[in-house]
Amino acid sequence: MFAKARNRIRMHATVSTAVPGAERAVEAARNAKDSRDDRLFGWVLKGCALIVLLSLVGAAGSTLWLGMDAFHTFGFGFLTSAAWDPSNDQYGALVPIMGTVGTAFIALVFAVPVSFGIALFLTEIAPQWLRGPVSSAIELLAGIPSIIYGMWGLFIFAPFVAEHIKPWLMNNFSAEPPDGQVSWLVQHLPWIAKFFSSEYPFFGAGVLTAGLVLAVMIIPFISSVMREVFQTVPTRLKESAYALGSSTWEVVWDIVVPYTRTAVIGGVFLGLGRALGETMAVAFVLGNTFKLTPSILETGSSIASTIANQFGEAQGLQRSALMALAFLLFVVTFIVLLIARLMLRRLATREGK
Amino acid sequence: MFTRKLRIATLVAASLFGMGAAQATDITGAGSSFVYPVLSKWSAKYAEATGNKLNYQSVGSGAGIAQIKEGTIDFGASDAPMSSEDLTKFGLGQFPSVVGGIVPVVNLQGIAAGQLKLDGKLLADIYMGKVARWSDPAVAALNPGVKIPDVKITVVHRSDGSGTSFNFTNYLSKVSPEWASKVKFGTAVEWPAGVGGKGNEGVAQYVRQIPGSIGYVEYAYAKKNNIAFTQLQNAAGKWVQPNAETFGAAAGTADWAGAKDFNVIMTNAPGEQAWPITATTWIIMYKKSKNPSHTKVAFEFFKWSQEKGQPDAASLDYVALPATLTSKIQAYWASDFK
Repeated sequence: MFAKARNRIRMHATVSTAVPGAERAVEAARNAKDSRDDRLFGWVLKGCALIVLLSLVGAAGSTLWLGMDAFHTFGFGFLTSAAWDPSNDQYGALVPIMGTVGTAFIALVFAVPVSFGIALFLTEIAPQWLRGPVSSAIELLAGIPSIIYGMWGLFIFAPFVAEHIKPWLMNNFSAEPPDGQVSWLVQHLPWIAKFFSSEYPFFGAGVLTAGLVLAVMIIPFISSVMREVFQTVPTRLKESAYALGSSTWEVVWDIVVPYTRTAVIGGVFLGLGRALGETMAVAFVLGNTFKLTPSILETGSSIASTIANQFGEAQGLQRSALMALAFLLFVVTFIVLLIARLMLRRLATREGK
Repeated sequence: MFTRKLRIATLVAASLFGMGAAQATDITGAGSSFVYPVLSKWSAKYAEATGNKLNYQSVGSGAGIAQIKEGTIDFGASDAPMSSEDLTKFGLGQFPSVVGGIVPVVNLQGIAAGQLKLDGKLLADIYMGKVARWSDPAVAALNPGVKIPDVKITVVHRSDGSGTSFNFTNYLSKVSPEWASKVKFGTAVEWPAGVGGKGNEGVAQYVRQIPGSIGYVEYAYAKKNNIAFTQLQNAAGKWVQPNAETFGAAAGTADWAGAKDFNVIMTNAPGEQAWPITATTWIIMYKKSKNPSHTKVAFEFFKWSQEKGQPDAASLDYVALPATLTSKIQAYWASDFK
């Protein structure tokens, strides 16, 4: 395709210098047609981009419009209130916002290092014959519907957390450990216990469980983006570093990561976007309570799970409050992306670009 | 050439006409998920018998009411009755469709299904978080001689808005003045205690996972998942087990006569044998139909379900309406619907 275009340019060049007269008119007509086609093509592309913008503005606008009632009734209090009381029509978004941000943050903490490891293994260390199957396996993971993750989380993972992970965490970090022995760490740093308390020690669902399930869900996204961009690092850069005596780790940290940093962060935020908006899986393993707590072992609610849980039966102000929550999810996502952009810019200035 | 075209056109027209004549009326409904299993089974049987199909979307009662108000469906189905003012305002009528039971379920070592006894007040106190351990004297007082493990009570409720929660909280409001003033009732409320499972299966699963937990599910789920349901003390002061007879008794003894448009929530029904948390789903239709041919089929369907639907309902642990009620409903159809 490119070769053909190049040929045509070469042909134009020879025609315009060599042959005068009638053929020049043909050429002019052709140029006019080309520039018209170019403009048309430009419009089509602009149209495509506009559709994205329009649907974004439309979705944000309609959630804001339908949520107006709730924003009007509660004002700023909607953001700071932890109440969610449908029978008395009192609604606040604080708990769902905290739940959304908290679970997504935990998911990133676990998913980013693992994805990084997967991508590095596949591009730098794995033998050639293993790369294909493992990459396809990761892409398959990305295609599993979220309800399956939710069911897996509810039936298999939450009981596992309740049996193995939660007791260990509570024994070591909480003020009321099941084994009755308050650990050295908690005795000296009592504030840690706040993050590991739990009203239901034998119950697996909660913020941490939801975060871990989300981590499994976003690992395929982040790792496949990382793998793609790691492959774009020119071999001669890596070979040169190896030739200078670098270890694999040094090549990765000093050559591969700086070369691909922007794209890697892009991939991380793609995963974060999915974690923030994930609905079904979270609704099954988060416990769905509206209680404000800093503990990651407690149950909670997220914006998306609250909407999924209550929208079907909601009427009047409750429906409006759910719409307002949907709008806030836009805002939260926007703020997170904004922070990402600022981070990237600071990185760029530090590197002196 | 021309004749051939003509012939083809005639053939096409004939086949189209033929199809039109043979095609049955498809009616559409939407709303409560409580009735979805039994409606879908009935509709399959009804289609076999008459060729008319019923298309039901279980989108939730709120959405069902919204859609019937907009007139996009032939009937809506709601777990909470509409008030008579609202019905009059939109020109709608409503009637009960089928009866089902909601049962408290517990996860207690050594306690079998139907063994533990609870009354309404104790159930409300547990859900308020006031009775927090199974060793509480209030539990022992109702269960003399039963060995109940001394563990913490974990309350499990529905996280999604649902008719099950509506009827359960309605019952608690009727038996506990404190619940009625603080928590009230609705498809979703601000639960004073506990964790929320999504759907009946979510609650059933949480109860199975947490030792010492108590939840509430539709009877069919408790049976299917082998979770221990409890006995309850009904309004007549009798201890009853959940089953088809006690659900039917509740439907038969609820105060239908004193209500307009069947606006009775039949929890805490007065009958001697009545199960106190019995629920129905109301079918909501236009009194003056916008689409008479569809409405006619819809009425035929519900009449058929009242007369022939019992075996299928029973196989799914629902109970068809008692005869005393169906005669009232058919009189209501005759007098109020055109």
